[in-house]
Amino acid sequence: MQENLPIVQIRNLFKSYSRGDQIIPVLQDINLDIAGGEFLALMGPSGSGKSTLLNLIAGIDKADSGMINVVGTDIASLSETELAQWRATNVGFIFQFYNLIPVLTAFENVELPLLLTGLSGKERKSHVKTALSIVNLTDRMDHYPGQLSGGQQQRVAIARAVVTDPTIIVADEPTGDLDRVSAEEILELMERLVHELGKTIIMVTHDPRAAKKAHLIKHLDKGVLNADPQAHI
Amino acid sequence: MQILKLIFKNAFRHKLRTFLTISGISIAILAFGLLRTVVDSWYAGVKASAANRLVSRNAISLVFPLPISYKDKIRQIDGVTNVSYGNWFGGIYIDEKNFFANFAVEPKSYLELYPEYVLQPDQQAAFLRDRKGFVAGRKIADKYNWKPGDTVILKGTIFPGQWEFVLRAIYKGKTKSIDETQFIFHWEYLNETLKKTVARRADQVGFYMIGVKSPNIAPEVSRAIDKTFRNSLAETLTETEKAFQMSFISMSEAIVVAIQLVSFVVIIIIMAVMANTMAMSARERIGEYAVFKTLGFGGAYVAALIFGESLFISSVGCVIGTILTFPAAKAFGAMMSQFFPIFNVSVNTVYLDVAASVIVGVIAAIIPTYRAASIRIADGLRRIG
Repeated sequence: MQENLPIVQIRNLFKSYSRGDQIIPVLQDINLDIAGGEFLALMGPSGSGKSTLLNLIAGIDKADSGMINVVGTDIASLSETELAQWRATNVGFIFQFYNLIPVLTAFENVELPLLLTGLSGKERKSHVKTALSIVNLTDRMDHYPGQLSGGQQQRVAIARAVVTDPTIIVADEPTGDLDRVSAEEILELMERLVHELGKTIIMVTHDPRAAKKAHLIKHLDKGVLNADPQAHI
Repeated sequence: MQILKLIFKNAFRHKLRTFLTISGISIAILAFGLLRTVVDSWYAGVKASAANRLVSRNAISLVFPLPISYKDKIRQIDGVTNVSYGNWFGGIYIDEKNFFANFAVEPKSYLELYPEYVLQPDQQAAFLRDRKGFVAGRKIADKYNWKPGDTVILKGTIFPGQWEFVLRAIYKGKTKSIDETQFIFHWEYLNETLKKTVARRADQVGFYMIGVKSPNIAPEVSRAIDKTFRNSLAETLTETEKAFQMSFISMSEAIVVAIQLVSFVVIIIIMAVMANTMAMSARERIGEYAVFKTLGFGGAYVAALIFGESLFISSVGCVIGTILTFPAAKAFGAMMSQFFPIFNVSVNTVYLDVAASVIVGVIAAIIPTYRAASIRIADGLRRIG
């Protein structure tokens, strides 16, 4: 994917939740373009809709109306099955609480997305080792998540996110559960993914220090998107 | 292979819970297997019945006798190959608790009609020669340590007195389903004694056992026998041996139905326990299932994880329970041998055990799977942290 061409295009996006009889608007008329190779930070107070927007871009939630085109696909038109296949191919996920499977080793956790690709065991092994070497954890591949520190677990999660070589990576508060040093390591790693591997990262964060690492910061407030004029680095 | 590994690892994440659930299933399968074996044992006589044997008895009731003179008339009926006869003796060996079936029969024709009782030729000849001789099934001979030549005394209840017999032969069943706890002696010995003591009860039999050429003509022969004695002082009711045995079962049908119901209730209870285990496991892992779905795994994969775990736990419980059923049935059968002379775990019972465990595994997984597969990913991810 060529840099600076919009890899994510969002037009007139609306999303609401219903609680009983009440309809609660979460996102209102969102319009957003994200270029390939961009590192975007989404900020905003709790309940502003930033995680919802991230979920919509990643194809794990459905909008009420509007268009979301990601990597050339109008994902609003995909069925659940098609969306699952699309996610497996195009999106890598990094979560606040790492979301590793506790009964699988680091190697097996990273291997999980590859089970959907039809690669042979040998090929999967090679891909996993490469991904773990990117996050500098090849020596811990046989460890279970419970035997790793928070920072190491998040690095395993990053390896899992990149192992299928997705076009975009979505990260929801990736440093929210980490100490300062580990958070810094993770952010540096994410920067490397953008600069060295050309990944597009969309990150939701509360942490201004984390947001500073991004190329672009967008603010959401009560479901309305505002660009931060100071945010371009 | 990854999914099998994951199912196995998931099953043992809460070792105590899994251990208790497996124990519960094992005990339930054991109880189910034993109860089914009790039911099988109840029907053992029916199963052992031959299709080419008829039983003729007094049409009013089994307790009323038939004249011995009927024997020759029955033999003359078309299709009849052999006729034997006998009486339920109802003797007690030392104490009432030592119960076993004992019959006075015409020995030669009886053994011809029942080739499933296997006797050594020399012992059979010795039995036929000795009017006070008797044949014992292997199990009661072992139980009371009787050896050929031993004298055994039964206390008569229907035919009062102390009756002395000499063990001349021990029979074995041709198959495992043959009752090896019977005591058979010469009808002549009974009849001659009755002639001397209660003459009015002599020359009467409780039942005729009739061999027919082919099972196909059994109904026709039955009708012919009953027709022969219609309007006589002792009308007959003739039926196949199976129907005759079933008439005993039908007297206790309510008990059999109750046992069958209890056996299914045991399975329903363990189904509830298993469903609870799976519901707890799935609820705890709902976030993980959301992660799988996020990564691109479909609902089918999540369903396979839950169904696989449920079936794995129920299968382990089934294997342990089924293995335990055999020694338990042996011990139970030995303890209750006077009531259940044949107490073997049948292949059908093992199949039912397997079917029950599969049903338990599948049903227990349905609701957790539905919840896990239908939850929105965003909602599932919210449960983490």
